[in-house]
Amino acid sequence: MDFQVVILAGGFSSNLAPLVSKEVPKALLPVANRPVLSYVLDLLESSNLKDLIVVVEGEDAALTVGGWISSACVDRLHVEVAAVAENVGTAGALKAIAHHLTAKDILIVSGDIVSDISPGAVAATHTRHDAAVTAMLCAEPVSGPAESGGAGGKDKIKKPACYDIIGLDSSKQFLLYIATGVEVKRDTRLKKSILCAAGKMEIRSDLVDSHIYAFKRSVLQEVLEQKPTFRCLKQDVLPYLVRTQLRSDVFSDEKAVEENGSGHGKNNMQNNDGVSSQILSNAFLPSFHKVYESGLDIRKTHKCCVYIADESKYCVRLNSIQAFMDVNRDVSCFLINVIGDANHLSGYSFSAHHNIVHPSAELGSKTTVGPHCMLGEGSQVGDKCNVKRSVIGRHCRIGSNVKVVNSVVMDHATIGDGCSIQGSVICSNAQLQERVALRDCQVEAGYVVFAGGEHKGETFARK
Amino acid sequence: MDPRRGPLAVPKVRRVGFFTSIEPSPETPRPNRSLSGPAEAITSSSPLSDSPSGQFISPVQIPPSRHHSDNLASRAAPVPVPGPSAFRRQLANDRTLHVGSYNPVDSLLGTSPPSSNGEVSEDSGSLFGFQRSDSAKLSASFPNGGFDMTVAVRAPGESEAKVATASTSDGRKKNVEASGESESVATKPRKEKETRSLKEKTSKAERRAIQEAQRAAKAAAKGEGSKRAGESSRPKPSKPAKQPQPKKEAPQVTSSVSEKRAVSVEKERRMDVPQTQMQYDDKSRVDKAKRRSVVEQTESKNKVELFLHLPQYERGNQLPNLSSNIFTLDTIHHAVYKVGLQHLAGDIAGDNARCIAMLHAFQEAINDYTTPPMKDLTMDLTAKINGYVSFLIECRPLSMSMGNAIRFLKNQIRKLPVDLSEPEAKASLCSEIGRFIDEKILLADKVIVQHAVTKIRDGEVLLTYGFSCVVEMILLYAHEIGRKFRVVIVDSRPNLEGQKLLRRLVTRGLDCTYTHINAVSYIMGEVTRVFLGASSIFSNGTLYSKVGTACVAMVANAFSVPVIVCCEAYKFHERVLLDSICSNELGDPDAIANVPLRNNKKHSKTMDNNKNLQFLNLMYDSTPAEYISMIVTDYGMIPPTSIPVIVREYRREDLLL
Repeated sequence: MDFQVVILAGGFSSNLAPLVSKEVPKALLPVANRPVLSYVLDLLESSNLKDLIVVVEGEDAALTVGGWISSACVDRLHVEVAAVAENVGTAGALKAIAHHLTAKDILIVSGDIVSDISPGAVAATHTRHDAAVTAMLCAEPVSGPAESGGAGGKDKIKKPACYDIIGLDSSKQFLLYIATGVEVKRDTRLKKSILCAAGKMEIRSDLVDSHIYAFKRSVLQEVLEQKPTFRCLKQDVLPYLVRTQLRSDVFSDEKAVEENGSGHGKNNMQNNDGVSSQILSNAFLPSFHKVYESGLDIRKTHKCCVYIADESKYCVRLNSIQAFMDVNRDVSCFLINVIGDANHLSGYSFSAHHNIVHPSAELGSKTTVGPHCMLGEGSQVGDKCNVKRSVIGRHCRIGSNVKVVNSVVMDHATIGDGCSIQGSVICSNAQLQERVALRDCQVEAGYVVFAGGEHKGETFARK
Repeated sequence: MDPRRGPLAVPKVRRVGFFTSIEPSPETPRPNRSLSGPAEAITSSSPLSDSPSGQFISPVQIPPSRHHSDNLASRAAPVPVPGPSAFRRQLANDRTLHVGSYNPVDSLLGTSPPSSNGEVSEDSGSLFGFQRSDSAKLSASFPNGGFDMTVAVRAPGESEAKVATASTSDGRKKNVEASGESESVATKPRKEKETRSLKEKTSKAERRAIQEAQRAAKAAAKGEGSKRAGESSRPKPSKPAKQPQPKKEAPQVTSSVSEKRAVSVEKERRMDVPQTQMQYDDKSRVDKAKRRSVVEQTESKNKVELFLHLPQYERGNQLPNLSSNIFTLDTIHHAVYKVGLQHLAGDIAGDNARCIAMLHAFQEAINDYTTPPMKDLTMDLTAKINGYVSFLIECRPLSMSMGNAIRFLKNQIRKLPVDLSEPEAKASLCSEIGRFIDEKILLADKVIVQHAVTKIRDGEVLLTYGFSCVVEMILLYAHEIGRKFRVVIVDSRPNLEGQKLLRRLVTRGLDCTYTHINAVSYIMGEVTRVFLGASSIFSNGTLYSKVGTACVAMVANAFSVPVIVCCEAYKFHERVLLDSICSNELGDPDAIANVPLRNNKKHSKTMDNNKNLQFLNLMYDSTPAEYISMIVTDYGMIPPTSIPVIVREYRREDLLL
């Protein structure tokens, strides 16, 4: 297939402020003790996509990511790591690497997706409709049912965030309208012409844009050139393409030739190509684009398609701390449930208690590790500890009488005796001294939380 | 009538709907007809049942009912013909109809067999034209009619002998003809007829047993032949001008020379015989095919028993399965993949369009093709194309026209000169494909339009069914050159393809009426001409087209409205099709189960689980030749009986040389 894959791995995202650091760019944040980027790479590899371009914001991050990629999968994949300036946005990043793009179609995958939806499906939809852009939508992520109790705090955080408002045509194949949550609070404007042409629009808010797109290269580059102010694919480029689908000016050259051909064919019966293309286009089920084109004088249109993933599929973007926590929990849960996969994916062994404890991990006496937990390689847990629904990284040292619930503890963290950690993220090399109680806190890498403190909803970071 | 034309004429049997083989062996009319000349002279009256024709009268086959008026007296008392006045235009034709005895089937359908049996030879196309002159019809029907009455004259034994001689002389003549033209196509229909006649007499199990025996015999012959012929040189590639031997004779051949000949004949036949369709009720074959298959398919649960031999799969998960594999299918070129995807999703419909799309994809695939080292372009490319074709078949069964196009392409590959370099070969193949599209499809369409437009006069009401791109071109062109006419578009669920046509015609300013097929008998009253598209036309003149076409053609026939079929010659097929059961395509059963705009979720849920309910969504049906007045093709306007001529005379040079 004539597809090039671009992974937008981001840099040091400000959304995930204390979690990412100079050493750990967003792409390398551990999800169930593996960098999030590895999930994307695995997904692509399973679709037999082995030539990848990974775009990273910032030179340092690029070096780090590149180092990890070369160590992890140099033998399996052919990955090119491209560094772009920071804060150029997704559109800017694509523009910066435009000269690398040569294929007819481009598959753009966000580097922070944890999903099991085959990117091939998007590509196939794109190919089938010969679309300018195809976006993948998936159902609103539902966090695991078992964890709903622990997600009390999460609801509060999530509620204000608006979802994408998406307008689909009646066949659920074309995108008529898209707006991200921010815009929706104000009035939304629909294109009357699109509404008229399509006849019917279904507006849904239960779908989210999952940041896997297939673009026609010519269209993408045209848009990026014409609109230098566009920064973000999702907020600028995609809505723009959707808005202008009936009066397209991005098909300046290629489509014009095509149009000439068929227009010619109508008048001049000698033009065989024109006739054949007309036969072909007549044979297709007319999308509303075609109807619109034929109704008026010849206008240029392009198609914006969607692929709606099955509801059973999992797809979450790791773009906030909350999402990070959810993903960690879900993935470890998923890995445990689908242990057959997990065995060859991550090499974890599986104990009878529905959790994954690395054989080299040491557990003290009377320590319980609850279901859906992960304990990384070489970690030590003292006596009388209680670990529930948490992911603990490699070589962590956890003292006695520690309670870890709903939390993520990254590699090499040290937790003193008598700590209580709930709903928090402890980054690597962080240190918690004795009797610290944390609730919904984030601790930056290498930070030391002093003994005896009781904190709620705080972020510990060196200023 | 020239006796030579005898074998080509179609036996006159009315077949309605899904007809099975109610027909007597088709060999029988031939001797009868050749006998008709001398028999006329004699006047006597022995019982009909003793005569050769009498033996073959089955309840359904009624000998043509028109007779010499002087013979009428000797016949049993004629029964008055019921109700031809029920049909509007029939009165004009009345004198040609039903002069003889009461004929239940004939009167049921109201008209005489259409003029299709009038003229056979290809040169008569223009003469035959489009107006059905009554005199032509009369003359065409006379030999048969005369025979019916007069055959009875001689004593049984004598007539038997006469028949034998007549048939042998006839057969010899045929041999001469066939060998002169070095065609095996001409003989093939006969072979098929033989097997067909076998089929009629035997039950399914018996038929299978016979098939097995034949297969075994063939395998034995091949094994034996290849053993001896292995070391000797390859049988000469040019086609020898001889007739294929009947299968049963092959094992008995003793001399090595004739064995070699048998092998070559075998080979030749294998190349000539159109690929037999896979029978999907054959378990082992299906399993084998499944292992090879690219598209993951689950067989649907509730299949209609009569159609078990056709592929039928659950639609729901084919597309997602295939589309998620887009990057893992390395063997399928992306252009081919795209076409397959579009076929599977039903985005593309219409035979011409499917064929063009496929050929374009092949063009692209050939352009991107490079011969792997140590391999031969001819062999490897053929294998590649085979892979693509089987992929496409998995997506959706091929239409006949696509089959023909593929055959053309493979022959082109086979014919490539050995010394051609790879880029040259590729360029030549691509240009050949382009030429095929241009000449066989596009140019043919133009010629058809030019021909057909002469049949559209001012003030006419034209009816068309579904959507055919040729018919659309005809209508648009006729409108362009200023003909004043009205169009009736008959459509049917679930595809509603007619709406596409309607939309385009209305935007171009044509006066249209749109109706569904259940109203066809109502609307037919005002129609003066019916234009139909075709998916394929078989050598016996049977039209194979979108389901519902037969119904429209029959209603038109009942109303004495001429039915004009527009079909490019590349869609003709040398097979003989008698019913629409053997070869058909099953569509998505859900498409007919779910009615749009009706919220029947609860309803459908109960239907899905019901073991006693089976949905049958047939895609095609077959229209017997007698309901077709004329076929407009790129070689002119011909009667349906001339299809074999076209297939034999014109097509072989393109496809099979």
